Amino acid sequence: MKAIVNVGLKQGVLDDQGKAIHHALGTLGFKDLVKDVRVGKQIILELNSDNEVSARAEVTKMCEDLLANTVIEDYDIQIVG
Amino acid sequence: MNVAVIQFLGTNCEYDTKWAFELLGAKATVVWHGESKIPANTDLVVIPGGFSYGDYLRSGAIARFANVMKSVSDFAANGGKVLGICNGFQILLEAGLLPGAMKRNDTLHFISKHHHLKVINNNNTFLKELSGGDVLNIPVAHHDGNYYIDSEGLAELYANEQVLLKYCDAQGNVVSMNGAVDQIAGICNKEKNVFGLMPHPERAMQELLGSSDGVKMIQGFFK
Repeated sequence: MKAIVNVGLKQGVLDDQGKAIHHALGTLGFKDLVKDVRVGKQIILELNSDNEVSARAEVTKMCEDLLANTVIEDYDIQIVG
Repeated sequence: MNVAVIQFLGTNCEYDTKWAFELLGAKATVVWHGESKIPANTDLVVIPGGFSYGDYLRSGAIARFANVMKSVSDFAANGGKVLGICNGFQILLEAGLLPGAMKRNDTLHFISKHHHLKVINNNNTFLKELSGGDVLNIPVAHHDGNYYIDSEGLAELYANEQVLLKYCDAQGNVVSMNGAVDQIAGICNKEKNVFGLMPHPERAMQELLGSSDGVKMIQGFFK
């Protein structure tokens, strides 16, 4: 089983990298199509577990303690496989 | 005064920092991150600059789990004085010893230059040798110095005199350098025994180095 963790800046926290990419996409001709860009990171964990419920609880702990800085970041966990 | 300078994998300012404190007469010891305790006679812990653990995940995120950090947290909780410079500031934020968090500089560039700093509050050990409004010339060198705290947190910082330093121009006008909230360059905790700043006072100890304005900052810990 895998946990796919997506971490990104919270809404309301200015994402300067997203802004720069948005600007670059604009210069490539995608100005009208792209409304906003947010940048995050994806952390993929291979787990030794078949229990989705307990795995999700453990991965949530990992996010709170290390994988995300909850002062500025949100996280999202998908359990797959 | 006995200073413990903490060294992680990737720290690179530990010897500059040791030298700066020794220049003013302290006895400074470099303490390896794997130690379980800081020396018993420590008067001040300094977490110096660098790139601990390669800045992986987030700057300072991994260092806070190092063995020695438990001892540093206990020291701070008992009123011991702790100073974090640059990566040290980032580590103190990640460890929750100071409020807020660091984001990438809004320019997205690594900024390395001399920059002016304005003293906002000197009612603390660190800046007591300086006066409010003083303008200092101190080098900065960082990629993640864009200090963030939400509006309630910011109001609390001001209310408790925790905003210590801001980026400014040579005349003392506060200016944006890296996108930090209210151009904040340095803060302390509510109890005023844990201090963090992005600029490097240990690199401004002699005119030969471009500035000696760091001396007055570091002197604050001596008296």
